[in-house]
Amino acid sequence: MTTATNTQKKGGFLAGTANYLDERVGVAGILKEFGRKIFPDHWSFMLGEVALYSFVVLLISGTFLTFFFQPAMTPVIYDGVYGPLKGAEVSVAYASTLDISFEVRGGLLMRQVHHWAALLFVAAAGLHMLRVFFTGAFRKPREINWVVGFMLFVLGMAGGFTGYSLPDDLLSGNGLRIIDGMIKGLPVVGAYVSSLLFGGEFPGENIVARLYSLHIMLIPALILVFVAIHLFMVVIHKHTHYSGPGKKDTNVVGYPLMPVYVAKAGGFFFLVFGVIMVIAANFTINPVWNYGGYDPSPVSAGTQPDWYIGWLDGALRLAPTHLEVVDWAGNTWSWNILLPMIVGIAFLVVVAVYPFFEAWVTGDKREHHVLDRPRNAPTRTAIGAAGVTFYAVLWAGAGTDLIATNFAMSLNQVLTSIQILLIVAPIVAFFITKRACLSLQRKDREIALHGHESGRIIRLPHGEFVEVHEAVDAFELYTLTDYKTYRPVAATANSKGRITFSSRARAAWSRFFFEDRVEPVTQTELAAAHHDHGQVEGGH
Amino acid sequence: MSFLKRKANSARRSPFAAAIVIALGLLLSGGGYAVASGAVTSANANDPYKSAANIAAGKKLFLANCASCHGQNAGGTSAAPSLIGVGAASVDFQVSSGRMPAQGSGPQMPSKTPQFNEQQVIELAAYVASLAPGPEVPSDEALAANGNAERGGQLFRTNCAMCHNAVGAGGALTEGKYAPNLMAAEPKEIYEAMITGPQNMPVFSDANLTPTDKKDIITYLTYVQEHKSPGGYELANLGPVAEGLFAWIFLLGLIIGITIWLGAKSN
Repeated sequence: MTTATNTQKKGGFLAGTANYLDERVGVAGILKEFGRKIFPDHWSFMLGEVALYSFVVLLISGTFLTFFFQPAMTPVIYDGVYGPLKGAEVSVAYASTLDISFEVRGGLLMRQVHHWAALLFVAAAGLHMLRVFFTGAFRKPREINWVVGFMLFVLGMAGGFTGYSLPDDLLSGNGLRIIDGMIKGLPVVGAYVSSLLFGGEFPGENIVARLYSLHIMLIPALILVFVAIHLFMVVIHKHTHYSGPGKKDTNVVGYPLMPVYVAKAGGFFFLVFGVIMVIAANFTINPVWNYGGYDPSPVSAGTQPDWYIGWLDGALRLAPTHLEVVDWAGNTWSWNILLPMIVGIAFLVVVAVYPFFEAWVTGDKREHHVLDRPRNAPTRTAIGAAGVTFYAVLWAGAGTDLIATNFAMSLNQVLTSIQILLIVAPIVAFFITKRACLSLQRKDREIALHGHESGRIIRLPHGEFVEVHEAVDAFELYTLTDYKTYRPVAATANSKGRITFSSRARAAWSRFFFEDRVEPVTQTELAAAHHDHGQVEGGH
Repeated sequence: MSFLKRKANSARRSPFAAAIVIALGLLLSGGGYAVASGAVTSANANDPYKSAANIAAGKKLFLANCASCHGQNAGGTSAAPSLIGVGAASVDFQVSSGRMPAQGSGPQMPSKTPQFNEQQVIELAAYVASLAPGPEVPSDEALAANGNAERGGQLFRTNCAMCHNAVGAGGALTEGKYAPNLMAAEPKEIYEAMITGPQNMPVFSDANLTPTDKKDIITYLTYVQEHKSPGGYELANLGPVAEGLFAWIFLLGLIIGITIWLGAKSN
């Protein structure tokens, strides 16, 4: 009894609470494990964090919106404060969205916070994926986490689309009509699936309530689960870091979670929240009152999805017309709808499986915790650039009408140009990027061997002019030379003495990836270079 | 009978007969014309689109500025359509918005600084309207934005939004043609565009959209023009494309700026 009171007196309230929790749930162990987790410092490592914080903002603002939103398609006469719609027959869902916008205190701000945060969520996730791709952070042991992240990106798109469709305004109704058309374009099952989804013929009276269930329950739950797996794997794998002296595949250099990153990340959350709030308070997003309630007859000009669905809308717009064929049994095959769907799915599949493909080509089974500089993996970087270009062209395809009107061009010519660019631009981007990477590597090699050009010209006793090169310091030299190259592998015979197709394919891909390469500077080359320049550079 | 016949014949043969008939004819036609034209003048005294002086002045302006494309008699050439029967409303719309006279050929004549002043536009319109009847410049009553905005919005979305966008931000048509932005369009312009169908726009006749419908549409558009978005800056009402662009450049841009700031602190 007396000892207990003594300990409490010694440590005060905080220590008492800590002790209480530790004795019951083992807080000390958890803190020791997580609190000492090391995170390296770099701005590009915070993009995934931005996505996570946007998701938290989405949960907070979304919860507020569920208090007032009614996901029913029952027709009502709007009798709210917005003049130009007073007396209009609209759905309950649309009327409640208008009420949130005009009559619920802070409702419009919350709607705008929710929508801007959604755009930011997918954008930050996409940018985070690009960072991971271009630095090779998806390599062993992180391939599975790449797939988890990919799932999060797709779930983000799904969450966004289901949310976009909820207000039951003209814009979202037109978006759903396109989805309905795509589903009906599926061979054999199309009409049945559409009927099942909409509970009869489009638009029916069920779709908003069904999408609402997905939007507020299933999709956020799945996102939470995948976020948990994603972060758990980050803890297991430890964070990657950029190359530098002392940074190896066997360690992590950075600051501990407690207290540095807890403070930093906590502050960063409020900064992200603050930026979203400022934007939402000043810039209109999705002014549903302008679009009116959904009515299947009007289709407004400038009907587009939110940006993350834009590339799929672009694929639909870019598909050549007159591709429909009727087969011998009288079934219509709408290739103008099926082709874009196939292209979209194929693109996603390529993104999802790329880490496994690259691992197969390199045959590298080592663990990688030091990131690549993009230039040091020229073919991967070029493939990434081609993929980004392909996506961007599809994306631009969704805005053909706005490009035409705002730049005073012909819609038809814009469309044709973008169709051509879809094929040509990624190929051009591939070659330009690959050559740029190889050139940068050669420049790095030059700097490592001969130092930086100083701009000082000196005249030697025998009359020759030379420029003084300043030697690079050890830190820079490390960064310039610390990378590995692969060499193309030849197709080899298996145990039965046969060269399999897969071995040939791997050899072909390996040649494609690594035939053109710039080898890192070796110790001997460095010593030789320094010996040659010893006198000029004044000895070092 | 023969007596009667003879008497009539003798009267016709009278040497004054021809003079009397001619005098009577002249008196009747001349007097009738004078009376009739006097009546016309009094009826059109307040209508500038029917005044003879305006018509005459308009003809001079037409010959100097329009005839090279539309023809000496406004009958049209291979370069431009006939203006017979387009009415005063059409001329008022095209000329006062600066679309005409055109400054070059192209898929569509853009709106620009008007070349003629208000009086000159009236003169030109009066001349073209004098060639054949056509849609007239709408009355002020028809243009008062005091109709039903809700109904107007619904009509606008059904009839106009597929080209002009849900709030009249404009949109693309085929081969370089476009539906212009209506954010600054005046009620008179909107009304005239509907009744005359300028350039690539279809005509919305009174059978299609009644004068009340037109008034409602004008009421709706005036409301949208006068009321800024309650949500803040509108990004030109271009919809999700503008929003996405804004999110990538400014929202994400700002956040990346913050990440760089946070990342740089420790160095």
